[in-house]
Amino acid sequence: MTTLAETKAGRGSTGGAGSDVPPAPPEKLRRRRPHGTRWAAIGFAAPLLVYLVLFYVYPLWRNIDLSIHDYNIRAFVQGDADFVGWQNYVEIFSSSIFAQALANTAFFTIVSIAFQFALGLALAVFFRNYFPLSAPLRALFLMPWLLPLIVSASTWSWMLNSENGIVNSFLEAFGVGQINWLTSPETALLSVTLANIWLGIPFCLVILYSGLQNIPEDVYEAASLDGAGAWRQFWSITFPLLRPVSAITLLLGLVYTLKVVDVIWVMTAGGPGSSTTTLAIWSYREAFGTGQPDFSPAAAVGNILILVALLFGVIHLQLQRRQEAR
Amino acid sequence: MRSTFHTATTVTAALAAISLLASCSGGDAEGEDGNGAASGTYTWWDPYPQHEEGSDWANRVQTCGEEAGVTIERTAYDTTALTNQTILAAQEGNSPDVVLLDNPAVSTLSESGLLSTVDELGLDTSAVDPNLVAAGELDGETYGIPIGANTLALYYNEDVLEEAGVDPASVTDWASLTSALEDIQASGNEGMTFAGIGTEEGSFQFLPWFWGSGADLTDLDSPEAVEALELWKGWVDDGLVPNTVINNSQNTTWEEFLTGNFGFVENGTWQVNSAADAEFPTGVIEIPAQDGGVAPAPTGGEFIVAPIQDDVERYDVTRQIVECMTTPEGFVETANTFAYYIPPTEEGQDALLEENEDLETWVSAVQEAKGRTSDNLGTDYPVISEELWTAVQNALSGSATPQEALEEAQANVEAELG
Repeated sequence: MTTLAETKAGRGSTGGAGSDVPPAPPEKLRRRRPHGTRWAAIGFAAPLLVYLVLFYVYPLWRNIDLSIHDYNIRAFVQGDADFVGWQNYVEIFSSSIFAQALANTAFFTIVSIAFQFALGLALAVFFRNYFPLSAPLRALFLMPWLLPLIVSASTWSWMLNSENGIVNSFLEAFGVGQINWLTSPETALLSVTLANIWLGIPFCLVILYSGLQNIPEDVYEAASLDGAGAWRQFWSITFPLLRPVSAITLLLGLVYTLKVVDVIWVMTAGGPGSSTTTLAIWSYREAFGTGQPDFSPAAAVGNILILVALLFGVIHLQLQRRQEAR
Repeated sequence: MRSTFHTATTVTAALAAISLLASCSGGDAEGEDGNGAASGTYTWWDPYPQHEEGSDWANRVQTCGEEAGVTIERTAYDTTALTNQTILAAQEGNSPDVVLLDNPAVSTLSESGLLSTVDELGLDTSAVDPNLVAAGELDGETYGIPIGANTLALYYNEDVLEEAGVDPASVTDWASLTSALEDIQASGNEGMTFAGIGTEEGSFQFLPWFWGSGADLTDLDSPEAVEALELWKGWVDDGLVPNTVINNSQNTTWEEFLTGNFGFVENGTWQVNSAADAEFPTGVIEIPAQDGGVAPAPTGGEFIVAPIQDDVERYDVTRQIVECMTTPEGFVETANTFAYYIPPTEEGQDALLEENEDLETWVSAVQEAKGRTSDNLGTDYPVISEELWTAVQNALSGSATPQEALEEAQANVEAELG
């Protein structure tokens, strides 16, 4: 506030000379109406509020609005969709795809996050010790992050191609028969999860690595003086002290993984059949994947996903609060 | 120190920022309204971003505008985006004057009351082949004119067929095709490839076999339909086609074919130039029906349509623009620009064959072809199609037998369409 006042006064006297001009005399300021500051506060907050309402509240509200009406294209254009209440949600829950989509989402999310986190943490601890070439090596691990998703997903689907893929040629050299990675309902979900794990490791690596920087070196020194080995140091120092960072990594990873569409869409389009259809893919397919956009059920599925993410967000906050209270 | 700043000026500044935002959006709306008024500018949307400003195609569109005494403002989107943009524009009340729309989308948009009929515009469609215009018909009204049509046929690799001792002329029905594929496999190459991906492309590729068995889209689990799916399933199981067909898009199948290891590929008119450039000699035959003869393949290609305008005065110029694009010479020019779009009128087809008689197989394939939304299926088609490609995927990947997969598909269609 001081800076503002100074700038203001400066502009008044010398036409924007800068902040080194002395502040305006206080008696002049006392004449201001006290409630004027509230208007000023609102004035300052207004651009932010407008932005929030325009880009966050409105889309959310619109998504809910879509999901409780029956929007076909005609209704979408003319804006006269019938209000159907929970009907879209009832249809989603009773759909034959729902159980499979839910199970696929759970598998895809949990397995992806578990491996991304474990491998990311292992790499972060590994790179904590400086050694020759550690910086360029660490940079290499960020590659999945730098590639456009469509490139990495297409590359994975070429590598996993049943007939000409490099993975199968490699396995065949060891006498393993052809595995239909992406075209068999048994392995397709595993394959897209594998690709997604690879994509998510750098994210975990970066966040956990920066978390490690905050653990004081002398704690490790003291531990090694007490005779704790590397394994003991990890479980007694690194892991507990990294807990807050781990929690936020897992939460963000969960939100990211829940809404993954691109990787799966490029690799299998949710198929074969619906064996790689997650909730996010299902929503995308209803809205944009067929010749007939069904915005209402798509929005309903989307809202379910938002609720799930929100639920885990609340759990995270609760845990954090409990930790701080301790 | 809290109250040490000029309230009045800050509030003014904040308000100025807000009004700036408001005026931005206001300016936008005005600009778009400007296009809508009966000025000398007509808007034109098409799905050909590959033809940029200054290309032959763009110049031709402009010439048609000049002949009608107006300037045309052309915008190109990709196919899916174009349909969505047309819907959004109609919602905002600033539809373009002319849209080149993918044919299955015509019935979706006309059912939604977005498109004017050819009668309203005063256009004559009597010269257009009835099987091609059918995709734009709904409840007795016609909503556009096809500017060209493409469809599917079987390209073959002459070298591979020769090595296997297969004469392409001997492939006249499913049995002879299967035995040709077996011969090719025995000679050490792959028989054939097609696209069974879980999108509209999958249904598009399956339809020639589905219709070729005599099956009908209103009855997905008929014995004929099951036979068509069993044909594909048998090929996959016997290794006559690669397992990758389950996940192949049409582009992928073409790349597979260009490796030179495949006897046949099911693909479309749009690959004619690429086939001519292949490193091996190629040929093309029409897709055989189950018991001989030619199977109806689905039509692809765009319709020229005119979204409804508030200002009906505009229709007269719109009609002139459309007529300019759909003369026999215009059709041939379009055909050549898009390598190759078969003209939808007999006169146009004759003119094209005079220039390039190699396209004869394609002209006859287009004459046999059938619109996906024909038979008054209209907006039911996308629902049916989604179930159909899912059934194909389920059967080919082995999670259900063809019979089970199609029964489930039919049950889902009935549940959804009531």
